[in-house]
Amino acid sequence: MLLELSNISKHFGAIQAVNDISLSLEAGQVVGLMGDNGAGKSTLVKMIAGNYRPSHGTMRLNGRDIVLHRPIEARQFGIEIVHQDLALCDNLSAAANVFLGRELRRGIGPLRVLDYKAMYRRAGEIFKELRSETRARDLVKQMSGGQRQAVAIARTMISEAKIVLMDEPTAAISVRQVAEVLHLIRQLRDRGILVVLISHRMPDVFDVADRVVVMRRGRKVADKPIAETSPEEVTGLITGAIEGG
Amino acid sequence: MATTLHQTIERRQRTLGGTILANQTFWVLIAVILACIFLSFATDSFATAKNLYNITRNVTFVAIIALGMTLVIITGGIDLSVGSVLCLCSMVLAVTMHAGYGIETGIAASVATALVIGAFNGVLIAYLGFPPFVVTLGMLSVARSLAMVASNNTVVFEFGPDHDKLLALGGGAVFGVANPVIYMIVLALLTGFVLRWTRIGRYIYAIGGNEKAAIATGLPVRPVKVCVYMISALSAGVAGIIQTGWLGAVTTNIGAGMELQVIAAAVIGGGNLAGGVGTAFGALVGAALIEVIRNSLGLLGINAFWQGTFIGSATILAVLFDRVRNFRQSE
Ligand SMILES: Nc1ncnc2c1ncn2[C@@H]1O[C@H](COP(=O)(O)OP(=O)(O)O)[C@@H](O)[C@H]1O
Ligand SMILES: [Mg+2]
Repeated sequence: MLLELSNISKHFGAIQAVNDISLSLEAGQVVGLMGDNGAGKSTLVKMIAGNYRPSHGTMRLNGRDIVLHRPIEARQFGIEIVHQDLALCDNLSAAANVFLGRELRRGIGPLRVLDYKAMYRRAGEIFKELRSETRARDLVKQMSGGQRQAVAIARTMISEAKIVLMDEPTAAISVRQVAEVLHLIRQLRDRGILVVLISHRMPDVFDVADRVVVMRRGRKVADKPIAETSPEEVTGLITGAIEGG
Repeated sequence: MATTLHQTIERRQRTLGGTILANQTFWVLIAVILACIFLSFATDSFATAKNLYNITRNVTFVAIIALGMTLVIITGGIDLSVGSVLCLCSMVLAVTMHAGYGIETGIAASVATALVIGAFNGVLIAYLGFPPFVVTLGMLSVARSLAMVASNNTVVFEFGPDHDKLLALGGGAVFGVANPVIYMIVLALLTGFVLRWTRIGRYIYAIGGNEKAAIATGLPVRPVKVCVYMISALSAGVAGIIQTGWLGAVTTNIGAGMELQVIAAAVIGGGNLAGGVGTAFGALVGAALIEVIRNSLGLLGINAFWQGTFIGSATILAVLFDRVRNFRQSE
C-alpha cells in the first residue's frame, strides 16, 4: 500500500474540519475525492502535503510512519500538491513559479547562482509535455486561467513524484483545457503515480477516477470503486440524501 | 531555420524594448538625465566638478538606506525606523570611539546595534505577526531616544585615537570619487546580485508577490523576513557610520525624517508598497532624482521651502505613472 491514513483528524479551534478518516491508497490509481464545500477535502490533502499537521492519527508511506512538518518534507517523499487557489506568485515568471523553493543553480559551493537558462528550458519542456502554450519567461500576472493551471501542474512534474494531489484543478478553466488536465491525470496514473483528484465536476471524476471517496462534514461517508457506483448515488452521498458508511 | 532564428531574436528584442518602455525606473532615469542636462545649461554652477562631487556624495546616504528599504518594500513591508537607527548607530560609533576604543571596535558595536534592532523588528513582524508599520514606528521612537541616552543628548565630535581614520573613511575620495559613492556602488551591486541571482532574492520577491503561496510552497518566509529587516537596519547603520565620518560630528537629530526620503526614493525608483516589485538600481535612481531636485532648487534660487513640494510631487507622479500603466494593461 502506497499511502495509508489511519484515524486522521484535524480541528481548527472548535471547527472539526476532518474527523477520524482512514484511507488506503495504491500506486497507479486515480482517486476522486468528493464532498460539499466545507466537507474537509482541502484540509485532508493539505495534511498529506505537509501544509497542516494532523491533530490526531498517523500516516504511513510505503509501510513507514511519516510525520510531515513542512511542505518541503512532503516533496522529499515524492508528494506533490496543486492547491485550490493555485498558490502562484503573480510577479514572477512561469519558470520561477514552477521551480519555487526548488530552484536550479549552477556554480560551486557558496558561489552558486540561479540557473535561469536551465529553469527556462526545463519549464518549457514541461509545458510542451502538457501541451500548454504557456511560455516559461512570461509573468504569471499576464496569464489566462488555463495557463496558470498549467504552471501549477507543471510544478508537480519537476521531480519524480509518487503522489500528486490535485485540489479542484478543473475549476475555472475551459472545456478544452479540462480535457487536457484529465489526459494529464491519466498519464500520471500510467506512470504508476497515485493521483488524488478533488473535484466538484461529476463527469470528470467518473471519467478518470478508479475510485471515489466521499466526505461529508469532515467524515468519510463512502469509498467505492467507480464501477460499483453511479453519479446519482455519489450526489446523494454528498448531500446526505443517502446515509453513507 | 534562419527565419525562425531571426523571428526569435526579433520577438525577444521587441519584448526587451517593451519591458524597458514599461519600466518606471527607466523613465525616472530619463527624468534625472534631462534635469541634469537642463541644469547644466540653465546654471553655471551645476556642472562644476565641485557640485557634481557634492551631489554624488549627498545621494549616497539616502541611496544606501533605500537599498535596504527596497528589500523590505519588495516583501510588502515598510521600515519607518531607519532614520532613527542611523542616528543610534552613528551615536554608538561616536560614543565608543570617544571612549578611547579603536575604529574597528566602534564599527563592530555600531553594526551589532543595527543587526539587533533589525532582528527585533523582524521577529516581531515575522513571528509574532505585528504590522510592520507599528513595529518600526515604535522603533523610530525607541532608537532615537536610545541615541539621546547614549550621548546624554550632546554633540560628539571627538572620536578618540582613530579620529582621523574615521574622517578619512567618510570624507576621503579615490580618483576624485567620494568614498561614500564607492561604498554605495559596491552595496548596490551586492544588493542587485542578491535579488537577481540568489535564492533568498527570489524568495523576497515571492513573499511580496503572494505571501500565502510562499508559505504553502514551504519557503522559509519568516527567516527571510527577519533577514530583510536586519539588512534594512544594517543599511541604515552603514549609512550612519559613513555619514559620521563625513560630517565629523554626531548630533541626536541626524537622520530625522530621513525615513520619508528613503521610502520616497524606493517608490520613485519603482518599488511598489503593495510588494513584489523593486530593484537595487531603482533605489539609486530614485535617490538621485530626489537629490537632483534638492540641489537644483538651491542653484535656481528657488526658496528651500519649496523642496518638500517638489519631492512630494515627484513621488506622486512616479506612482501615478505606474497606476496609468497598470490601468492600461488591465483594459
Ligand atoms: N486554516 C483554517 N482555519 C480555520 N478553519 C479552517 C481552515 N481551513 C479550513 N477551515 C475550515 O475547515 C472546514 C473544511 O474546510 P476545507 O477543507 O477547505 O473544505 P473543502 O475543501 O472540502 O471545501 C471548513 O469549515 C473551513 O471553514
Ligand atoms: Mg477546498
